[in-house]
Amino acid sequence: MSETTVAEVFDEAPLVERARSGDTAAFSELVNRYERKIFRLAKHITQNDEDAEDVLQETFLKAYSHLESFQGHSKFYTWIVRIAVNEALMKLRKRKSSRTVSLDEPTDTGEDTMVREIAVWEENPEQKYSRDELREILDKAVESLKPAFRTVFVLRDIEELSTEETATALDISIPAVKSRLLRARLQLREKLTKFFRRKGDDVFAYL
Amino acid sequence: MLTCKDFLTELNDYLDESVDRELKVKLEQHVTECPNCFVVFDTTKKTIKIYKGIEPQVIPEDIHSRLMAALHKKMAAGKGYS
Repeated sequence: MSETTVAEVFDEAPLVERARSGDTAAFSELVNRYERKIFRLAKHITQNDEDAEDVLQETFLKAYSHLESFQGHSKFYTWIVRIAVNEALMKLRKRKSSRTVSLDEPTDTGEDTMVREIAVWEENPEQKYSRDELREILDKAVESLKPAFRTVFVLRDIEELSTEETATALDISIPAVKSRLLRARLQLREKLTKFFRRKGDDVFAYL
Repeated sequence: MLTCKDFLTELNDYLDESVDRELKVKLEQHVTECPNCFVVFDTTKKTIKIYKGIEPQVIPEDIHSRLMAALHKKMAAGKGYS
């Protein structure tokens, strides 16, 4: 997967340049290339299909209208991610204020960096499940994180933005990105342990 | 000597390979000596790897069509010239 990404970025500048000079087919090609990732990102942040579709459309419409302002210093993908994150956060805030239950309300009871489950995992635990099962397990785990942790995890570890890019996209500090990412990673590890632990081991095996 | 708490604090940077050499040596030593921290390190590493390995799903056809329709409408109107 990473090879493809490198190749895509490599030959992308001419395509972006064509899109910038008004070639609509070139822009459509960029849409085809990134719509899946943008939709996934939007769904992860908004957790709502309707909002995710709105975010998807707004992102590419805005990108098209503002293509002249894209300087080419960053990757095209990073640029549209930033647009998508803004749109998705706006949706999230709108929903939050129109509901009685705040999305910031902790669903877990604190203990963000607590390590409770210490069990060895299978060597390639993901192979125990079908693609669809695995996707569901992973999505559910991400969904259960608080929005503040979830957005950072999605940008850093799913969409693979750098710490700096994530900080810029979310308008938070680098230390905030780092501390939220650690909590998100540890919480996910904890949640996934029950699916991925090696059979026959128990919590006390190493104590 | 690193404590488990120190190890946890540095875990992120260690996983992202952004610690300096001196600290890296200390962290490596800690995982060889502390089975619990080794498990936390190993399973967190696997967590990240599994998430990174999952491809985004194909967008439902109707969502894709509506996106393209909205774009074509915008493109036909021209940007900023109309």
